[in-house]
Amino acid sequence: MSTTTLHKAATRGHADHGWLDSWHTFSFAGYYEPERIQFGMLRVLNDDTVAGGRGFGSHPHENMEIISIPLEGSLVHEDNLGHKKVVSAGEIQVMSTGTGVFHSEYNNSPDQPAKFLQIWVFPNKLNVTPRYDQIKLSDSKEHNTLQQIVSPAPGVNPEHEYREHKHPVEKQGTWIYQDAWFNLGTFDAGREFEYDLRKQGNGVYLFVIEGAFLYDGKRLEARDGLGVTDTATFKLKAAEPGSKILIMEVPMKAKLQS
Amino acid sequence: MTNTATLDILVVGREKAILEVVERLINSHEGWKATIVNTEDDAVDASKKQRFPIVLVCAGLSVQEEEALRQRLVGKDPATVVIRHYGGGSGLLENEILGILDQRRKYGK
Repeated sequence: MSTTTLHKAATRGHADHGWLDSWHTFSFAGYYEPERIQFGMLRVLNDDTVAGGRGFGSHPHENMEIISIPLEGSLVHEDNLGHKKVVSAGEIQVMSTGTGVFHSEYNNSPDQPAKFLQIWVFPNKLNVTPRYDQIKLSDSKEHNTLQQIVSPAPGVNPEHEYREHKHPVEKQGTWIYQDAWFNLGTFDAGREFEYDLRKQGNGVYLFVIEGAFLYDGKRLEARDGLGVTDTATFKLKAAEPGSKILIMEVPMKAKLQS
Repeated sequence: MTNTATLDILVVGREKAILEVVERLINSHEGWKATIVNTEDDAVDASKKQRFPIVLVCAGLSVQEEEALRQRLVGKDPATVVIRHYGGGSGLLENEILGILDQRRKYGK
């Protein structure tokens, strides 16, 4: 029997800085809610809107896996590793920040807002050499199927540790230093699908980006989040046309390598 | 009544540029004061001169180095809380410190 924790969209932390409007599923910056610190190794899920021409000036990160998913518009990323990239809706950006990286990110449009999800996952390996990666999502796989966008770092964990599952393409998308798998999918109303967890002991955090989904009779609306643990598989059903979901499978306990 | 007691926080890490940002962020919080050091020996020396209820361990130190430092500092002052700082900036810093203060309030440590 699975255990679930529902976080309705309106219960998230909210910070309106004028140039940045941010909704925090978990405690972040000035939003501190002891009951909402993390879901397993998933620590940050921010739903950000950056005003045209504005952005985050140079600031550091360390020992965190940071995944950015633009939903509308694009961001310009520049870091002290020498990367200057534009990441747009339909692409995914990953940084393994390890020993430390300084970066800035600005809205690439002077007048249109950019919307993106910023997700932080605790690493399973500390002090790695910082790394940047960016991938483009496949348009053909976008509809009525899940597209894997993140999986564990190759070679860090033996694959035989992972549960046999029905979606054997492990290396789709990009990777992070954690036993985590992220999938994105857009589904027609009424379409039902099954998700098989990749690793025993992992949990799954569901985040509805658009539309609505049904999980075991519970209706999840746009920007609602649902944490699911103690299960190896579950079913989801899209409840509105063009419903889009992000499925984040993460370990529930830290297993840190040095 | 205003509480004027300062919370002294020791920050240990290898990356000077990041430590300076962490120091600035902590010091910008009313009532919090950061001291930054690069090595475990410097951390122990600093703790001999002044009491630090909270010690944040930043990037560059391994799990083993963090644990060894914890033993040295907690051995000297059992009330010291040593935790790993993640993220390197404003995102989690305040949360991590508030979390420790919360635990103190609840459990008295």
